[in-house]
Amino acid sequence: MLPRKMLDKLGISSPDELFREIPDKARIDGLNIPPPLGQIDLEREISEILSKNRTMDDLPTFLGGGVYRHHIPPVVQEILSRSEFYTSYTPYQAEASQGMLQALFEYQSMMTELTGMDAVNSSMYDWSTALGEAALMCHRIRPGTRFLIARSISPERKAVLRTYLKGINASIDEISFNPSTGKINIDDLKSRLGEDTFGIYLENPNYFGVFEDEVDDISRTIGDRPFVVGANPLSLVLARPPSEYGADIVIGEGHHLGTNPNFGGPLLGVFGTRKEHIRKMPGRIIGATTDMAGKRAFCMTLQTREQHIRRDKATSNICTNEALMAVAACAYISAIGKRGLVRLVSDNVIKARKFAKMISQIDGFDAPIFDATHFNEFAFRSPIPNDNLQKKLLSNDVHGGIPLDEGFPELENSMLLSVTELHTEHDLLAFKAALEAME
Amino acid sequence: MSYRQACYDEPLIFDLESEQFCGDEVLKDSPLPETLRRKCLNLPDLPERDVMKHFVRLSQMNFSIDTGFYPLGSCTMKYNPKINEHIARLPGASLIHPNQDESTVQGALQIMHELENMLCEIGGIDAVTLQPAAGAQGEFTGLQIMRAYHEDRGEERKEVIVPDTAHGTNPASAAMVGFDVVELPSKNGMVDCDALKSVAGRNTAGMMLTNPNTLGIFEKDVLEIADIIHDCGALLYYDGANFNAILGKTNPGKMNFDIVHFNLHKTFSTPHGGGGPGAGPVGVKKPLDQYLPVPRIVKNGTYYSLDYNYPKSIGKVRAYLGNFAVLLRAYAYIRSLGPEGLNEVSSRAVANSNYLKTQLEKMIDLPFGGGRMHEFVLSGEKLKSKGVRTLDLAKRLLDYGVHAPTIYFPLIIDEAIMIEPTETESIQTLDRFAEIVHEILQEDSETVRSAPHNTSVKRIDEVKAARELILSYRSLKEHERKFKSHSS
Ligand SMILES: Cc1ncc(COP(=O)(O)O)c(C=O)c1O
Repeated sequence: MLPRKMLDKLGISSPDELFREIPDKARIDGLNIPPPLGQIDLEREISEILSKNRTMDDLPTFLGGGVYRHHIPPVVQEILSRSEFYTSYTPYQAEASQGMLQALFEYQSMMTELTGMDAVNSSMYDWSTALGEAALMCHRIRPGTRFLIARSISPERKAVLRTYLKGINASIDEISFNPSTGKINIDDLKSRLGEDTFGIYLENPNYFGVFEDEVDDISRTIGDRPFVVGANPLSLVLARPPSEYGADIVIGEGHHLGTNPNFGGPLLGVFGTRKEHIRKMPGRIIGATTDMAGKRAFCMTLQTREQHIRRDKATSNICTNEALMAVAACAYISAIGKRGLVRLVSDNVIKARKFAKMISQIDGFDAPIFDATHFNEFAFRSPIPNDNLQKKLLSNDVHGGIPLDEGFPELENSMLLSVTELHTEHDLLAFKAALEAME
Repeated sequence: MSYRQACYDEPLIFDLESEQFCGDEVLKDSPLPETLRRKCLNLPDLPERDVMKHFVRLSQMNFSIDTGFYPLGSCTMKYNPKINEHIARLPGASLIHPNQDESTVQGALQIMHELENMLCEIGGIDAVTLQPAAGAQGEFTGLQIMRAYHEDRGEERKEVIVPDTAHGTNPASAAMVGFDVVELPSKNGMVDCDALKSVAGRNTAGMMLTNPNTLGIFEKDVLEIADIIHDCGALLYYDGANFNAILGKTNPGKMNFDIVHFNLHKTFSTPHGGGGPGAGPVGVKKPLDQYLPVPRIVKNGTYYSLDYNYPKSIGKVRAYLGNFAVLLRAYAYIRSLGPEGLNEVSSRAVANSNYLKTQLEKMIDLPFGGGRMHEFVLSGEKLKSKGVRTLDLAKRLLDYGVHAPTIYFPLIIDEAIMIEPTETESIQTLDRFAEIVHEILQEDSETVRSAPHNTSVKRIDEVKAARELILSYRSLKEHERKFKSHSS
């Protein structure tokens, strides 16, 4: 019901009169959706539906592959709950939005530090679309028809890349990995490089959690073709920044810095590049400047690359991004701090090693299947087909890792297992016990 | 005037002093072999107390819906009900992994499946994907579907028609999918059917249209437009950014659109998060459903599963199934309003817009006159005679504790001022906004031109930002060093 005052002012007796322009043939007669629920019933009903889920609290879960559950310090949740942040829009009016702009500038600064890039944008949708956009950006830097990727990347991201490449009619070519180390096969890389190759992408650590240690060779082999590296930003707390081995673009997933898995969304696509390519970059970028009084201030910059100005010539169509997730990452890194991060990431690596060792002690189980330095995840092989294994694990109240044989038929009966600081000794033992029960 | 935004000289978090020395020795304890290790890392290391203070101060220097009126046209800055925030944080929603076995995420799949069905009903379409992360990605998805449809029929159609009033994402998305963009000039702020007929043809893959359009004008010839497009074998795409204006009154299906995207962060009240996240589900009419991204959520009896077996699918547009935490909030919003509630949303949104328009059009020109839907666009062109531009008016509004409208968009209006009050604002708020505009127009032009005065910083030099390109703490320090050595 509209207030009387409003109807009078508008000179109408019913709001229907405001919709006169809609042709009769296009009108609808009400919506056939469930009746409204008050807050109490709404929460009850949704909680009841959600209770059909088994959460990562309900059962130890060893899933990773890009989405991870790390501990979120309550201070991070408090910061994210500030409605001044989460109910604001893109900071078009910079003077009224310095808080968001500074937080995003700090996020960019932290990510440039981790990746070694000169500029990181203030977010893409997720790692997979960052990959799609990176490939398109490579194509702007150097035209061509073939984009080379390591086979050892996430199949999920590969699928998204394929969709993004349709617009430029480019194809994907895969570089094999060494079956015993899981690392990229450099000879294969050499043989596939051609004049039509407009970019190369690999992940480090790769999808199997394996660190590539011949990146300097790889970089030399690639020469001046655009080189894209994907990395979990947490790995970069300890590992060499990809700038040191010639990356032109660095991408990754950052949701686990401060937010929960949320069934896979929202996520945070990290995207950075070198100075010489900044103008070819997609996404919003925050820059430092000054106000009329000479005081330091922040605003969105290089907007002439973006859709609202450049329209069909823009470097990307992205508008709404994942800004709040970037603030989360910034708050998370700040809250854990440099020493805390080094400790946390080191502990994760050590725990994964220990976990692999525990599993490999069981007869018939192999972990990790690759002989290499791993991050916090690794591939393991069992004598049991994955479907069966997962079912049996679930019946023991444990959730296994991501089955690998769908994306990699050559890795039969293999799973990707991931651990973080939230996995207790008890969780690891529960997994081991469940495997032992299957022998 | 009494408004003042908080103003702290808050240093960058990197410049807050840590009491503990935090050099790079810590990196030597790394479990990684020497060859893989990084040698230095500059990240803050502060007590929690200092971190919290820093971000609370930043938040207080940030205008938001919860702070005040935010009439940003095209963005639908409605209030974000807190119950939805509460629900999205339930562990049953937040602590599930996208790769979990189907049997362990039946609740999540049920919510998504029901949301798909409700969006089908609201949109008048046959099938929905929840995968796209935002409106622009919805456009990308919908246009991929358009491309797949034509390719499937063995036709290579290269052109997508976009009115000159369209949002920038429309042409940008079309280009990303590999189409050539044909810009259609409008007539009296609407699609000119004769002009459309002259460009639509065998090479047309489709047309993208927002209805009401970005001027807030309902395209009353929409059925004729649909006929023109369909007659040449092309598809009509609905940019759902302005869905708030038509909820429960009409729907894109009834208006004969073939492909639709929704902006859940606009119409369905999920918070904008300072720029994101959002969600941009895409709906289609049959037989286009066969091209939707995989996996699709299917229901067998009471069991939900993920089906990848759609050989004609365009594939995946992002990882996993979508921005679930956003989808859940939108689901809660729709369930809490129900059919009547949603119908009232559009009534009030359009009434609020017209109410404010009747007051403001007396002060600032309204090109093309007439009624409007949920938003309206003024032209600040004549303000120039007072020495004031739209930009100045926008900045001065900030001084009064309200956010500025969207400005300089749509591009066809000179000095555009695009105002969308939304349904959640009171008459009092609208009256006060009109009063503020009135007051500003009486002020001396110098005060307005030098605005804002009451925000945490004064007018910002954006040209300098683009020239100097200081994009990180590292480059800021380098810049300061250079500057110092120059001045000494
Ligand atoms: C008319 C219109 N179309 C499309 C979009 C793009 O939507 P998103 O920002 O969710 O990508 C917007 C957003 O501002 C819009 O206003």
